[in-house]
Amino acid sequence: MREVDKRKIGLVLGIVVIMVWCLLPVVWMVSLSFKSADAVTVGSPGFLPSGGDGFAGFDNYVDAWNNTQFRRSILNSVGISLIATTLSVVIATLAAYAVARLEFRGKRFVLTTALAIAMFPVVSLVSPLFDLWRTLGLFDTWPGLILPYMSFTLPLAIWTLSAFFREIPWEMEQAAQVDGATSWQAFRKVIVPLAAPGVFTAAILTFFFAWNDFVFGFTLTSTETARPIPAALSFFVGADPFSRPAATLAAAAVIATIPIVLIVLIFQRKIVAGLTSGAVKG
Amino acid sequence: MSGITIKNIVKKYGDGFPAVNDVSIDVQDGEFVILVGPSGCGKSTLLRMIVGLEDITAGDLFIGDTRVNDLAPRERNLAMVFQNYALYPHLTVFENIAFPLRLAKVPDAEVDQKVRAASKTLELDEHLDRKPGNLSGGQRQRVAMGRAIVREADAFLFDEPLSNLDAKLRGQMRTEISRLQKRLGITTVYVTHDQTEAMTLGDRVAVLKRGVLQQLATPRELYENPGNLFVAGFIGSPPMNFLPAEVEGTTVTLPFGSVRIPQEMADKVQGRGLLMAGIRPEHFEDADLTDRATDGAVFTAQVDVVEWLGHETYAYLPFEAPPEVEQQLRQLEQDLDGESLHTQLVVSLDGSSRITEGGEARIWVDAAKMHLFDPATGDNLTVDRSRSGTIPSHAMQDAADPVPAV
Repeated sequence: MREVDKRKIGLVLGIVVIMVWCLLPVVWMVSLSFKSADAVTVGSPGFLPSGGDGFAGFDNYVDAWNNTQFRRSILNSVGISLIATTLSVVIATLAAYAVARLEFRGKRFVLTTALAIAMFPVVSLVSPLFDLWRTLGLFDTWPGLILPYMSFTLPLAIWTLSAFFREIPWEMEQAAQVDGATSWQAFRKVIVPLAAPGVFTAAILTFFFAWNDFVFGFTLTSTETARPIPAALSFFVGADPFSRPAATLAAAAVIATIPIVLIVLIFQRKIVAGLTSGAVKG
Repeated sequence: MSGITIKNIVKKYGDGFPAVNDVSIDVQDGEFVILVGPSGCGKSTLLRMIVGLEDITAGDLFIGDTRVNDLAPRERNLAMVFQNYALYPHLTVFENIAFPLRLAKVPDAEVDQKVRAASKTLELDEHLDRKPGNLSGGQRQRVAMGRAIVREADAFLFDEPLSNLDAKLRGQMRTEISRLQKRLGITTVYVTHDQTEAMTLGDRVAVLKRGVLQQLATPRELYENPGNLFVAGFIGSPPMNFLPAEVEGTTVTLPFGSVRIPQEMADKVQGRGLLMAGIRPEHFEDADLTDRATDGAVFTAQVDVVEWLGHETYAYLPFEAPPEVEQQLRQLEQDLDGESLHTQLVVSLDGSSRITEGGEARIWVDAAKMHLFDPATGDNLTVDRSRSGTIPSHAMQDAADPVPAV
């Protein structure tokens, strides 16, 4: 009994420590976003916004939202991330299925190359891409960002998904084919639903990468036509270039975090539902 | 509904080893045929070739009058129940059963009506909304069968459908499958390694060994007239006893003594030297318990172990076999997936027998029921060809071949 109690206390303590460690910056950001600009520059020592002049209410959010560049960058980020995620997951699903089910020459080569690409340092590719994209006319466009995002997330997605496909017994497709399905129908109606947890995992990973990327977003864009949020935030300069509007930036950052939290919550439910849907035999 | 004709079918894998070698079986319309054999005999491969999941290397496969060698599985209109059921875990029981109909784009009302009819037959009504993951083994088995029967397929194929169930359920499902097949009158091919299933379910049974058809006959014919040593040893439990035997006139000398056999039987085996006698355990009896124990077929033997089962008693009587027979017996044991450590005779006596372990017993043998095999080729020399179904001639030779290097 006591042993159990001790373990429980230890568990709770551990969770609290990790939660504080992870959430402190987020809470700080939220707190900052409610402080008035003056309070920040003057130096308001309190963690929470002080009363009176120190508290800005939702002014910072309104300011951030009213900035057309910021709104445009949200559109860019959402559009680019969603398109990159969708394309990447679709291609990865097909590729991973082939990798899991077919024996072909160079399979190992494809897999290792994919892994090598994923490990490649992003920064080293930026300058050549910059030149290449300018020549090809992809600089400062949506496809100019979607392509690198896809190529960096595909390897991981393929690896994750092929592991999922390998877990699905061959009999599933065979049963479907005997039941009258074409190979494509068997894949679409049986295999993909069964691999759904894997598909969503891959989707989340891809979306994270695209949404959080700064290096590509910063270097491969020059105007607001394609600049995503992380890059846009770095260009967020208020009226006075020597005192950056930290409070407004914080508010903008909070807004930028909301979609990712939503997406994780939605997908997480799918992942859990998929994992508990039951095995093939008992 | 239609018959299935398998003509000289061969399956060779990449390394050239024939998993199925020149097998011919004709399954009549509405017939229940069993493919049976020890593991690795090619029975599942043969079934998968019929359904189209494996390519056929050579030979012809007909369903009805259509040659289907090159048709995809979905074009063959066959229904199959897999060993692990292969239910779709993301679909409810209803949708699992309806799956083939949905693929065929059957209207919803008809789907509903057919699925409910099938679920009624299989007593799955209260489970229709559940997912396969929440069902017991027997229920999953029934769902898999439901998926097969809604199809109105030309034939049913079963791939060891009961091997994942416990013994009690297996017995019940066996009866269930038999009843269903009789009621629907549908052509069925059923793969199993379990000889009880083979004997009880099949109209005819095809015994395979290392990809070669050994004998195709009714269960009774297989039991009473096995074509060779392999079939004789495979069918029956406890298995047939094999003893070294020498025939002179109508006298057969066995390790335990001599017995007389009928003249016509003796004629078939004259001048062959050392033979292998096959006698089923139930063709022995405690000499004190039978009034037929007079015709010079009684011998005395040391009893090693006695197993009393109530209605009958098994007694184990050890004997020494000459090396050439011993070699053949070991080979046979290996073919049958068995592992017998010493040569012994198993006799099944009446339950009231009073023989004791370590003692001597007087045993009578029904010599007329004995089979005599050629120890070199394994052929049954005393087989009654008119009541033994089909015994392909090459099976005889194959029985003598040493194990191919795999």
